[in-house]
Order: sequence, then structure tokens, then C-alpha cells
Amino acid sequence: MLKPPARHRRRHAGAALRRCAVAATAQAGPRGLLHSSVHYEEFDARWVTYFNKPDTDAWEWRKGMNNTLVSYDLVPEPKIIDVALWACRRLNDFASAVRILEGVEDKAGPHKEIYPYVIQELRSTLNELGISTPEELGLDKM
Amino acid sequence: MMLPKAAWSLLLRKGGRGRRGMHSSEGTARGGGKTPPYTNCYAQRHYPMPEEPFCTELNAEQQALKEKEKGSWTLLTHAEKVALYRLQFNETFAEMNRRSNEWKTVMGYVFFFFGFAALVIWWQRVYMFPPKPITLTDEWKAKQLQRMLDMKVNPVQGLASRWDYEKKQWKK
Repeated sequence: MLKPPARHRRRHAGAALRRCAVAATAQAGPRGLLHSSVHYEEFDARWVTYFNKPDTDAWEWRKGMNNTLVSYDLVPEPKIIDVALWACRRLNDFASAVRILEGVEDKAGPHKEIYPYVIQELRSTLNELGISTPEELGLDKM
Repeated sequence: MMLPKAAWSLLLRKGGRGRRGMHSSEGTARGGGKTPPYTNCYAQRHYPMPEEPFCTELNAEQQALKEKEKGSWTLLTHAEKVALYRLQFNETFAEMNRRSNEWKTVMGYVFFFFGFAALVIWWQRVYMFPPKPITLTDEWKAKQLQRMLDMKVNPVQGLASRWDYEKKQWKK
């Protein structure tokens, strides 16, 4: 898995979201060292489709989160998180929804501007579903 | 035997929580949830969603909360939301990723063994090392230096250049 050089990172849309070449999963074909935005749109579309399945069960949801989205060296786009939150709603799992948001902040690492951006993008979904952020619940402190 | 009684009792008490437990900043159990019979996978940064929820045996109040979870989440109170999270997960990310003081123990052990090794080497130096080779005795080294000066070793910038041959001493 190779990282694009620093100048490419700044160029892509989505402001502070950093990307890297996709790791091998069963779904991903042989991916080269492409850094084009077409490549990322396809990646996003694939994941949105994955979480959008109406009959996603808890195992599939966890698998998508654990083994793939969290294992990749990137922060998922807000639209992927959005459909994942809706999947949580279908599974009646409030805690996991909050966990995703914690996970996003953790994945962002030293780039502190990513998490507020993601929350801002997700605000309408969070309000609609009634999901509180970890900060609102006081779970981000020790 | 060598340690005083207070030190022995401290040593024995350490066994309670173990070395790692000694340093953890948070050790008390959280109220309300029971630990499941076994946990096969602890959640980690790279594996945030474990297979089993943290609490699988729920009392009536918790089961009622789970039922309420199936409705609209906007109706949940703050305390209920926190309770749902704690039922599902043992530790938050902040707790999972907390630092510990283990490094102090590690460095302590490292330096202790450095010191122990130093003591062993000192003992060896006193009791085991053979006498110095003849070429390292002061007498031999003096003669060696005199011979080097007679040969004018490195006369331009090195040894002989710093020796004053008229006054038979080192140049000031």
C-alpha cells in the first residue's frame, strides 16, 4: 500500500480528508497506484452500496466497519458514514452509531480538522436520527 | 530474609493486581453492567466493534432500555444513551487509548540490570582479569613514546610537530 506524495494529498476534494491506495479485500480488484478522483468515487460508491443494503445484518455491518473501513489508511467520506449510521438505525443499535463517530475521530489522528468537518456534514442526519456525538455524551473524556 | 518486614509485605501485596494493574489509572468496575461469561475479542483501535456486546446478561431495566432503543432515538435521555453505550462497549476510545505508566517499570528494570551488569564486570575486573600485557605498562609506554619521537612520527601536524626538540619538552 503506497501513500501518494504530499502535494497530491492537498489537491483532492473533501478538504482535509487524506487518502491512500486501497488495501486488498475480496471486493477490490488489482488496484494500481492511481490517485485520480475517479478512483475514489468508485471506492465511495462501493461502500455506500454496501451499507445501503436494506437487509444488512449486524455481522455484515461490523465486518464492513472493522475489517475494512477502519483497517484502511483513510478517513471514510461523510456520505459513507451517513449510510452506516442509517444501517445502525435499521439494526436498532444506538451504541454502534456513537462508536463510529469515535472511530472517525480516532482515525483522523493528528489531523484535528477532519472530525469537526465530518460532524458538520453529518449534522442533519445526527439530528434526524437523534444520535448524540461522543462529546455530547461526555464519552470523549477519561 | 534480607528485606525488612514492611518491604516483604509490600512485595506480596503487589501480586494482587499484577504489574500492569499497578499502573492503570482506572481500575474500578463500572456500575450497572455485568461482565459476560467470556469475551473472545477485546475491542482495540483497529477493531472497534467486537462481536459480543459487553453486557449480554441484562436485568429487566436494561431490557426495557433495549426495547426503547428500537423506537426513535430522539426520545432517549442523556443517561439512557450513555447506558446503552456502556452496555454495548466496555471502554470508550479515550479509555482504550489511555497511556499507562508501564514505561517507568520497564526503564526501572532496564537500569537495574545495567547496574547489576556493571557490578558483575567490576567484580571480574578485581578478581578475574589477568595482569596487563607488558606493552600497556607505563614503563613500556614511555619507551614507546620516546622511540616515536626519535623517529619523528607525523612531524608536520602530528605528534613530533608538538615536541620541542631543543628544549626536550612538549611545545606550549
